[in-house]
Amino acid sequence: MVSRIDETFGALHGKGEKALIAYIMAGDPDIQKTQSYTYALIKGGADIIELGMPFSDPIADGPVIQKAAQRALGSGTNISSILELVRNIRRAHSTPVILMGYFNPVFKYGAEQFFIDAEKSGVDGVILPDIPLEEIGAVTPYAGKYNIDIILLAAPTSGRNRLLQLSKHTEGFLYYISLTGVTGASKGIDSQVISSIQWLKRKTQKPVAVGFGISTPEQAAMIAEVADGVVVGSAFVKLIESHDDASNDLLAFAHALKNAIKE
Amino acid sequence: MKKSESKKSLPDARGYFGEYGGMFVPETLISALQELERGYNRIAGTPSFQKELRYYLEHYAGRPTPLYFASRMTADLHGARVYLKREDLAHTGAHKINNTVAQVLLAKKLRKKRIIAETGAGQHGVATATAAALFGLECEVYMGDLDIKRQALNVDRMRLLGAKVIPVYSGSMTLKDAMNEAIRDWVTNVETTHYVIGSVAGPHPYPRMVRDFQSVIGKEAKGQIVKLEGRLPDVLIACVGGGSNSIGLFYPFIGYKDIELVGVEAGGLGIETGRHGASLTAGEKGVLHGSMTKILMDRDGQIINPHSVSAGLDYPGVGPELSYLKDAGRLKVYPVKDDEALSATVYLSRKEGIIPALESAHAIAFAMRYVPKLPKRSLVVINVSGRGDKDMDIIREHIKLGG
Repeated sequence: MVSRIDETFGALHGKGEKALIAYIMAGDPDIQKTQSYTYALIKGGADIIELGMPFSDPIADGPVIQKAAQRALGSGTNISSILELVRNIRRAHSTPVILMGYFNPVFKYGAEQFFIDAEKSGVDGVILPDIPLEEIGAVTPYAGKYNIDIILLAAPTSGRNRLLQLSKHTEGFLYYISLTGVTGASKGIDSQVISSIQWLKRKTQKPVAVGFGISTPEQAAMIAEVADGVVVGSAFVKLIESHDDASNDLLAFAHALKNAIKE
Repeated sequence: MKKSESKKSLPDARGYFGEYGGMFVPETLISALQELERGYNRIAGTPSFQKELRYYLEHYAGRPTPLYFASRMTADLHGARVYLKREDLAHTGAHKINNTVAQVLLAKKLRKKRIIAETGAGQHGVATATAAALFGLECEVYMGDLDIKRQALNVDRMRLLGAKVIPVYSGSMTLKDAMNEAIRDWVTNVETTHYVIGSVAGPHPYPRMVRDFQSVIGKEAKGQIVKLEGRLPDVLIACVGGGSNSIGLFYPFIGYKDIELVGVEAGGLGIETGRHGASLTAGEKGVLHGSMTKILMDRDGQIINPHSVSAGLDYPGVGPELSYLKDAGRLKVYPVKDDEALSATVYLSRKEGIIPALESAHAIAFAMRYVPKLPKRSLVVINVSGRGDKDMDIIREHIKLGG
């Protein structure tokens, strides 16, 4: 079955464009703001929206996303309020929405119930950074049944055989982590990462999007030369952190990123 | 006493103890965990590694530790005969050295240059810093800022040993947050760094590896009690935070179904107050720090900040094997409150001249309740997992020492 994420990558490919995947934390600073921020990102040119589901102990995240999660939890955000937010976004937009979060809150909600409700709300994909291929059985039966893409992460430490495995099992696209580290680190783009993505692109038909540590239009442009999409997160979250109303800045920054990866 | 048919050994190939365990970590760490598992399987069982490890445990760490008959405690409690396994006498003052010497030796053989660790009470941090100094590796230890304040002595010890202590200011600023930060460091520096987890918590293969390294406690105790009493014990008691000292004592006895295994958790201010660290007693199944286990969480699945007077038990999760043993009915678990543990510290100090760590005092406190109910001829072994010098500031705060 062709998902909304597949369609988006297909349409962009037809136009010779690359996808801008914009991440913000749901509920940071509150759910109403997240809704207007999402609209601003879409207006600015984001092709896919990725909403973080906050967790108290985010082991793969740097300080920027950690603090965003704390703000979101402080405003009372939970899975139910995030699914309601997606329902509201769906009334206005058909842009794919991906939820990204750690497994424990999903497990506590009930894995099957989560996917039932996610489908009803119009969620297209889920990224669970602490569910590697080894544990994927905890979610795939339900994700498949309720038509939600499970997007897998690949890392610079993933060997080539494993990259092939990951690209085979991922749905929608493969999320390639551009650095050995946590979200928001600024290590620059490693040339080995570029060659690894080029190798992978020759081996797989699945779209590859690259994220973690991409914060400028220049870096995004560099990635877009080899990948099908660019994920930007911490840089958007920083704008939210430093503005009472970040809508205009989010729109402008999304626009700058989208322009950079078009060329 | 008969040992029952040994079942398939746990964990299974996927790192599961029944429904608990596994490898719930970011993709970046998978290759390192697989490398560690392969390295452990290839190296740790070999006669040369075992010989080298035995050498360091005996000549450096001071093993075997005594199994001491606590005669005044036995006379006072009017019940079973009480033996204390004296892990407090191991080098650095706790059982933690058994695991750190072994893991750092393994890391050296895996050609890692840098060692990181998390620590709560500071005992594991000190033991890791010690092993890193012994084998000449760089060492950084993550420690919650609250624990840095309440275990200041151990912070100075780590620094003296040449380790860098990195304060963690996130969350409750205790053990769980130190572990988050150590995992983030490992995600970033995985190619050069070995992460020495101090507990039987965490992703596969840690729960198995740390258990195997700590089971020297139980193996020694088994030989010692047979030599002293001519038979195996009836009850084993140990405190449970993450679970390393308890599983270390229990593991060689698990197959003997008649031997009662008792884990004592941090009851904190009382289970009913919600301010405790009793994940086996009051937790539910979920995922924390890389494994499926029993954890303390709220109704949205967010981790609850635990509480215990003892920094080493102040943890919202527990090793997956303990969750498995509890559900299987093999392990009994009881909470002991802060004030009971403090009283037990005074009790053991004055009855036997042994100042236990506040963690170990939880096991002593339970024994004070339980031993009087047991027949006179039964044998109890309590693991005194560490010594209490590190806790003097806390003890001074809570107890009027007089004199």
